[in-house]
Amino acid sequence: MSDPKTPLRDREGGRRSTVGRLTAGLRAHGTGRLSSPGQLLLGEPGTVAPDADGVVLAEYALEHGLRPSAQRPSARDYLVQLWRRRHFMIAFATARNIAMYTEAKLGQLWQVLTPLLNVAVYWLIFGVILNISKGIPDFVSFLVVGIFVFNFTQRAFISTSRVVTDSLPLIRALQFPRAALPLAYVIIELQQMLISMVVLVAIILIRGEPVTWYWLLAIPALALQAVFNVGCGLLVARLGAQLNDFSQLLPFLLRTWMYMSGVLFSVLTLSRTAFGVAHHWVVVLLQINPAALYITLMRLALLQSERLSAPGAAPYNKALCDAWPGKTDASRYWSAHCAPALNPSHYWYYAAGWALLALVTGFFFFWHAETRYGRG
Amino acid sequence: MVVVDDLHIVYKVYGAGGDRGTAATVLLRLLGRKTRGSIREVHAIRGMSFVAYRGDAVGIIGRNGSGKSTLLRAIAGLLPPEEGNVYTAGEASLLGVNAALLDDLTGERNVVLGCLAMGMSKQETSQKYPAIVDFSGVGEFIDLPMKTYSSGMGSRLRFAIAAAKSQDILLIDEALATGDAEFRVKSHNRISELRGQAGTVFLVAHNLEEVELTCNRVIWMERGKIVKQGEDVISIIDEYIAASGGAAVARDPVTRARIKTQTMDSATR
Repeated sequence: MSDPKTPLRDREGGRRSTVGRLTAGLRAHGTGRLSSPGQLLLGEPGTVAPDADGVVLAEYALEHGLRPSAQRPSARDYLVQLWRRRHFMIAFATARNIAMYTEAKLGQLWQVLTPLLNVAVYWLIFGVILNISKGIPDFVSFLVVGIFVFNFTQRAFISTSRVVTDSLPLIRALQFPRAALPLAYVIIELQQMLISMVVLVAIILIRGEPVTWYWLLAIPALALQAVFNVGCGLLVARLGAQLNDFSQLLPFLLRTWMYMSGVLFSVLTLSRTAFGVAHHWVVVLLQINPAALYITLMRLALLQSERLSAPGAAPYNKALCDAWPGKTDASRYWSAHCAPALNPSHYWYYAAGWALLALVTGFFFFWHAETRYGRG
Repeated sequence: MVVVDDLHIVYKVYGAGGDRGTAATVLLRLLGRKTRGSIREVHAIRGMSFVAYRGDAVGIIGRNGSGKSTLLRAIAGLLPPEEGNVYTAGEASLLGVNAALLDDLTGERNVVLGCLAMGMSKQETSQKYPAIVDFSGVGEFIDLPMKTYSSGMGSRLRFAIAAAKSQDILLIDEALATGDAEFRVKSHNRISELRGQAGTVFLVAHNLEEVELTCNRVIWMERGKIVKQGEDVISIIDEYIAASGGAAVARDPVTRARIKTQTMDSATR
């Protein structure tokens, strides 16, 4: 009986009565069988149970109200579970944020220094060396907003793409809805973003930006972006978990995205005809892409010079269209005042649409593979 | 209650072949000739079936790498089965939160983080906080980063956090009770307490005496399969010891309890 390789039939004959407790429970067509309740079973794959009065284990389990332990909950239950873990997510995010800089001598100061140094680098390269201000009234503020806003999305993407691999020990030790992890990672980035926003406000105040009620629009803009990042974070988290090379590829995709999103130039002022009438969809795509939208909304909220020069914002566009020097290709950046590609008053709808789309897609996409995380 | 029905668990190990880096293998893979060449599958559990009931304390014994910890994780629902299934009534939880803790943070923050990670509510966490700190005996060091703790202090705090929550199905991986003699007694008592509250307990241990004393069933695993299991815990353990080449345990002929001579543990480990 002790030898697992003993053929099943040998065990069944005679011996079974003497060993009582050790019933040969075995699988027929993939399901184990149970001879009588109260006994442990021995599994022998590939053998067929001759036991006629046996109960199929799976049925037995379900009869007694047991649930598969690694079963994916319904989407609704999943949301409820996630909601119950909200304190964990916030505590986890805060803890990781604090732990991030404990090794550095300057400690938490790096939370502020990192965005500042980022701005300094871009300003040096694009503002001073390349001097590509292209008629943008306050290029430094323009650049700072663009970099900070894009950075939020970029960092959220990169960190969530690694979240499953990074948290493998956690996933293998504790049972919780896995979506809590990408969510917590986006919360980390949001916390960093809020610190960056303080730096940002300080910079634009120094640049002489007036404090207006428009600044309050920064809050919904950031909120929509955060929702978008959560959705994409969930999406990217599953991709990163299941496609090994995804996180290698991601930085390149993000860099391309950054150059297309008007971090360094103004997509807003590109007109329908900027790339010729035949390619007006290029401009529409550039302006409608979510990163560009969130950047634009933030710029319009915080920077007066942007608000005043925004195409479509009558009466300024009329004047600027008239002032469009020579209406030549060289000054295509201001041509939008004559022929805007998108109606700027619709930006909020597009931004909300992206956020919602990302959230719903990301949630279902991530949830669908719930039981497969941590298996690799 | 736990029903394990023809369970198979397979780990996929990437890059195990060691040939991932060379240009030739990448090229072959891209050409589709050698798809997913560097993935190796490790079949950790190969078809186990058993039923454990409410009130059962099941000891799981076997050599290193026989799949004991994997089995626990599968019962906890942390590893999805390749084939077969695990059915549980109530929530099954591993006793262990080490993974959620961050050494850079203070003990205080880690207690809160660990409790929340185990699924406690905020109120429950603040309710249990004093008891956890008290139990760990970390004392005034609780507001220092955990990396500054001695290894004994650290593991005491980890245990205190892990043992703070009672579970329907309690899964205990070995070597939880670490630390000095006094703390070992304390943690042993705490585990017994948790066992009393839990419906079903699974204990993975190399300390066979521990299994003998606390389990009413035992499963002996080897290479992902059950070698032997049953309620005659003592005979199975003796057989296991014999099979792994250990010296036979001296037992009282009537009660079959171990006769304590010198260091029992070193002989059975």
